[in-house]
Amino acid sequence: MAGLLEIDGLSVWLTAASGRSSILDDVSFSLQPGEVLGVVGESGSGKSVLALSIVGLLPAALSARARSLRLLGDELSTRPREAFRAHRGRDVAMIFQEPMTSLNPVMRVGTQIAEVLTWRRGMSQAAANRRTIELLEQVEMPQAASCFGTYPHELSGGMRQRVMIAIALAANPKLLIADEPTTALDVTVQAQILRLLTHLQRSTGLSLILITHDIGVIAELAERVMVMYAGRIAEVAPVGTIFDAPAHPYTQALLASVPDIRQQRGRLATIAGTVPDALSMPSGCRFAPRCPHRRDVCAATPPALTVLAAGHEVGCLRPFGYLAGRVA
Amino acid sequence: MLRFALKRILISVPVLGLVSLISFAIIWMVPGDPAAAFLEASASPEAVAALRHELGLDQPFYLQMLSWYGRILHGDLGESILLHRSVGTAILERLPVTLSLASLALAFAVLMGILAGVLAAMRHGKWTDQSIMTLALLGLSVPDFWLGIMLIFGFAVGLGWFPTGGYVSPSVSFVGWARCIVLPAFSLGAAQLGFISRMTRSAMLEVLGQDFIRTADAKGLPRSAVVVRHGIPNALVPIITVAGIVAGGLLGGALVIEQVFSLPGVGRLIIGAVLSRDFPVIQGSLLFIALVYLSVNIVVDLLYAVVDPRVRLG
Amino acid sequence: MDSAAHTLEFEGGWLRAALRFIMPTVRRLLGNRSFTIGASLVVFVLLVACFANVLAPYDPVRSNFRLRLQPPGAGHWFGTDHFGRDLLSRVIYGGRLSMEIGLMAVLATGVFGTAIGAVAGYFSSLDGVLMRLMDALMAFPTILVAIVVSAMLGASVTNVIIALAVATTPHTARIVRSSVLVTREMQYVEAARALGAGDFRLLFGHVLLNALAPLIVRLTYVFAIAILAEAVLSYVGVGPPPPAPTFGNIIAGEREFMLTAPWAMIFPGLAIIVAVLGLNLLGDGLRDALDPRMRI
Repeated sequence: MAGLLEIDGLSVWLTAASGRSSILDDVSFSLQPGEVLGVVGESGSGKSVLALSIVGLLPAALSARARSLRLLGDELSTRPREAFRAHRGRDVAMIFQEPMTSLNPVMRVGTQIAEVLTWRRGMSQAAANRRTIELLEQVEMPQAASCFGTYPHELSGGMRQRVMIAIALAANPKLLIADEPTTALDVTVQAQILRLLTHLQRSTGLSLILITHDIGVIAELAERVMVMYAGRIAEVAPVGTIFDAPAHPYTQALLASVPDIRQQRGRLATIAGTVPDALSMPSGCRFAPRCPHRRDVCAATPPALTVLAAGHEVGCLRPFGYLAGRVA
Repeated sequence: MLRFALKRILISVPVLGLVSLISFAIIWMVPGDPAAAFLEASASPEAVAALRHELGLDQPFYLQMLSWYGRILHGDLGESILLHRSVGTAILERLPVTLSLASLALAFAVLMGILAGVLAAMRHGKWTDQSIMTLALLGLSVPDFWLGIMLIFGFAVGLGWFPTGGYVSPSVSFVGWARCIVLPAFSLGAAQLGFISRMTRSAMLEVLGQDFIRTADAKGLPRSAVVVRHGIPNALVPIITVAGIVAGGLLGGALVIEQVFSLPGVGRLIIGAVLSRDFPVIQGSLLFIALVYLSVNIVVDLLYAVVDPRVRLG
Repeated sequence: MDSAAHTLEFEGGWLRAALRFIMPTVRRLLGNRSFTIGASLVVFVLLVACFANVLAPYDPVRSNFRLRLQPPGAGHWFGTDHFGRDLLSRVIYGGRLSMEIGLMAVLATGVFGTAIGAVAGYFSSLDGVLMRLMDALMAFPTILVAIVVSAMLGASVTNVIIALAVATTPHTARIVRSSVLVTREMQYVEAARALGAGDFRLLFGHVLLNALAPLIVRLTYVFAIAILAEAVLSYVGVGPPPPAPTFGNIIAGEREFMLTAPWAMIFPGLAIIVAVLGLNLLGDGLRDALDPRMRI
């Protein structure tokens, strides 16, 4: 079934004097038109690098290879990185975590949005300006018309992120990648931005990849969730399944560590240990050193993604292992 | 904006006061008596005394200082002992020559420097980058007057394309003016070009590593548009800073280049005065040049506000 | 003895701490191409200057009118000047004197620039006055300051050194002051002050140590500026007087004979380029290794 985005066997690494750092290892997944995919993982899981790989914006120091990377049917794995540029600002758009540093400080906000329209959609300056104000209204910017001439430093964090979303929308993309769009914002503003993204996704029907470390954000927006750990996919499942019946011990531990406001006392649950260093990834399952349910076989064989049910894949040799209790 | 400019000018006043004092006091660096230093060792004591009186050197120091400040506030820069002419007039006569030399050299250094720096940054690490930076470094390491002499030897004497010296006013003959200004402007600008291209390159490299460049790339803009529309405007603050410093270097360098190419500019006036101990000219021209440089600095500060909207608030 | 004070004392003594700090820096320096090429050039020039009396084939001030203005050839690799003096020897000895002048100027600007900058940065009461004075001096183009001071004092080696020092000290003071201002605000200095460490001990101990990196870079560039400036001073006529050669006054002396004997001006010019290029490369290498944020 042809999807909007199909990635097969994507690996990204960094070669340095000290050795090779594995950042993404054999990642495969696909995305359908109009779908909302949430990508969850802690720092070091490779989720941001995955996002950059999709749009061809990996830093030059990183090397990438994939068996196949198909964006809207266009096979890009064999082409140079410049080939991605044709898709950017037209079919796929991306918004980033830090809206302050992601906007040009010496250019007016309206110009930065209109730029996409004049350069990528061939609009005249006047038409682009009009459309820019429409876009600013669409992202619920207060006083959109007067906002056009402001500079980024004159706006609050939430407003800057709205500008970023407007820039992304200007491209009329079929796929929007949002890399931690709310992490740098206040909690109340977070909710507003997420609501805006939900509304935009529903009204325009674009596909959305939402990357975050916050599982709560995922619950609101995503239809399908992909959990990443140390550069590999741990589990992919519909959002309900992830919360109700996660198969991977990491997913289960992640959910367990979210504090429940109803809990009156007790220590916060954590996952023992730390994410492995990219230079010395464990052979076999990368979560094994921290997994309370590991067996000897886990350290020996890297677990391939196995299909448990329709739309539910897990990268674990003992899925649902935590249900069986601890037996050495 | 106007208030910003006025505030900026106001801040310079104390420095201006000190600058005037230094220009005035410089003649006291002469070991012994300034008047005696001007006249030859064989001069009679009466001649020395007469000169002292003429220069006002027989008055107590604070009175001399007051009369100095009084004069310059009226725009009177003194009178040359040697030429028996007003220093101010002498400077103004020669100013067009120096201005045309310095501004041409500045335009050359700034335009070529920025171009070279941006190019080197875009081709970072590759051969273009390395050769541009090597040339820039060479330019910085060559004495400007020596370069001028070598250029005269090669192009004026050897190939005969340019005159070996002298000045033709553009109102008399534009081609003539162009021919006699090209080599001096080039020698003067070459070192500064090296300076500006290095600074532009490092500013551009820093800017191109910023997040908003990634956003511009994410928009799918062609790379050249990303560099020119988003990169360069953000690198302008350090570039303008360097241009200001370069302007100062050019003012100094012009003095010497005028000697090499026999251009009748302010530089020749000053060098002549320095060698012959014509103190009023030295005092007056020091003050004048410092004033020019201070004005350049003010213009640079104003340009910051034009180029970077964040400065306008402060 | 309170343990808190000990955290500010280096473990295992001063020397080991200094070495722990220096070793990675040295490694970085040796890996930097600018540094290695620049250092080699500078060392080469310094060695030639040092061993001038061994290397120079002839006496640099002895004239021989029969051999005036000879082009470069077998007996005289750089040719002869208008007094018949061997140019290679003059350039070699000129290197010695130019290097001496440069080094002395660097020393002077280092001492005075650091003193003024440190005091201005650390004691805010004196900052205003000192910096206005430095600003006033910097309102004149550097070379003009050097020319005027040298001319007023009278041309001699000492006065040229003084002139170069006066011209370059203000910017040096600025740099030291910036560094002192930054370090002063750092938390560990505040902590030390809170524990009762005296102002002077703090100043010399922690604060100046941090200023060392930009200062070293600046002084390397000052050396280059000094050599170029000395050449200009000599060309204009206010440099060290003949017959003792410097790079600059060889060029100045042969000015009239440029058309008939261009080699007399070419070789000293090339010597200047080699020395200054080496110093600029050295400065770049040091800056990359010690203080990459410093751009000017």
